Amino acid sequence: MSLQMRGATYAYAGTKAIVLAGVDLDVEPGRVVAVVGPNESGKSTLCLVAAGLAPAAIGGRLSGSVVLDGQETATLKPHEAAQRCGILFQNPATQLSGTSVTVWEELAFGPRNLGLSIEEVAERVEAAMATLQIGSLAERDPHRLSGGQAQLVALASVVAHRPTMLVLDEPTSQLDPAGTRLVGDALARLAESGTAVLLVEHKTGLVERVADQVVLLVGGRVETVGPAATVLADPRLDEFGVDPPPSARITRALAAAGHADRLAGIDLGALEAEPIAAVGPGGGG
Amino acid sequence: MRGWTGPLVVLAMVVATAAVARIGRSMVPFALAVIPLVASILLINTFLFPGATDVIVRIGPLTPTWTGLEAALQATLRVAAFALSVAVFALTTPTDDLLADLERRGLGRRGIFVIGAAIGMIPRMAERASEITDSQRARGLDTEGSPWRRVRGVVPLAGPLIISALSEVEERTMALEARAFSAPGRRTTLRRLPDSSSQRVIRWAAGLGAIVAVAASLAGFLPLP
Repeated sequence: MSLQMRGATYAYAGTKAIVLAGVDLDVEPGRVVAVVGPNESGKSTLCLVAAGLAPAAIGGRLSGSVVLDGQETATLKPHEAAQRCGILFQNPATQLSGTSVTVWEELAFGPRNLGLSIEEVAERVEAAMATLQIGSLAERDPHRLSGGQAQLVALASVVAHRPTMLVLDEPTSQLDPAGTRLVGDALARLAESGTAVLLVEHKTGLVERVADQVVLLVGGRVETVGPAATVLADPRLDEFGVDPPPSARITRALAAAGHADRLAGIDLGALEAEPIAAVGPGGGG
Repeated sequence: MRGWTGPLVVLAMVVATAAVARIGRSMVPFALAVIPLVASILLINTFLFPGATDVIVRIGPLTPTWTGLEAALQATLRVAAFALSVAVFALTTPTDDLLADLERRGLGRRGIFVIGAAIGMIPRMAERASEITDSQRARGLDTEGSPWRRVRGVVPLAGPLIISALSEVEERTMALEARAFSAPGRRTTLRRLPDSSSQRVIRWAAGLGAIVAVAASLAGFLPLP
């Protein structure tokens, strides 16, 4: 198990408010677990706790158990946690070191911090670029990239640490559909290579495409957890302020109109991946 | 010559270096940038030098003096020598080369990061300031025209610029931690810059020369500064 949380309860430093309350969560190698929920439900905090940054780097009070790769995060220093679990935030600009003049050097920033041999650094950088398919950006200035490219570079910078687990906090929130698709493809490749992924995401279409399991987090508590198709079809998503994916909305609309049977055999999950025109005679569904 | 030799020697070296490096034209903006400072030095010293009585000419209540003019010209030379030597350094030394070499020579990762991030931040802050100005213009703020209007335009710019920079600090800090910035031990140095024996000789000679010059000046053998 890459990540195992049991009864994880967390409050930020200087406040008594409990932001995470008794969260149980498992992420296995090669699986993508997505977390959806309304604003202020504790999703970003969950990311920090899962990655071992809270409380190690930002303080606060954590109780319960958070085990990364077999070791309690409470016993890990931030740089030790970084080698087990990489974290990606919303804004790619804040994740660049600000000291590198090329993408290649940006990717080397983390491995260099670990004092690895120069050959090992180069090998990790090349492998991360290959995984994310950004070799063509190697000589580019990391501050002169499109949003999608910059987020891929930030993701590759984390991957260069060779963590067994990745935590992504709304990695596509500032990206257009093309950038979102790039990140989604990269996540699928990483999961295929055995990396465990915890993905917090508002875009449920992307969640539907890449996640094996979905957790609905509300008020710092796990409201429900299960296979992506089941949770994303849960009618309570709307009540909690979570937009269902387009496929679920269409299914519901057709069901409400009494045409649910007309969709038999059609994969509506593809709707998010590419534009599809639906044509047919009146009453055809 | 006391007061003239030092800045003249430095200026001569700067000009010679700039000529060899062929960066004369690129140094013009740096030279122009010191004009306001030089103008104030010339005016204040020439017209208001305390205790000077050797008046050049009386212009109503104003009395420029030869002593003040000499002090002003010496100060101007020093400012020019300093500014242009910084310009030569900036124009001939890529930041990443400087940081790579400082790191190889043992400067810690935090020192390297502070220098590198500070230098890299300047163009990004300028970009962000431009974005904020554009968005405020779109909402009707007039930032063009008279100098007073431009000054007024800076006030609403400062708040968002500073607050947005501060708001990113926490995320930047966490992102650095997530990339093992606080790991113990020495960072890997990516490259070793070429350092020929002649470069090393010139470097040592420059350092020793500076020490000898200061010592000779203190001992009264050399009219410095």
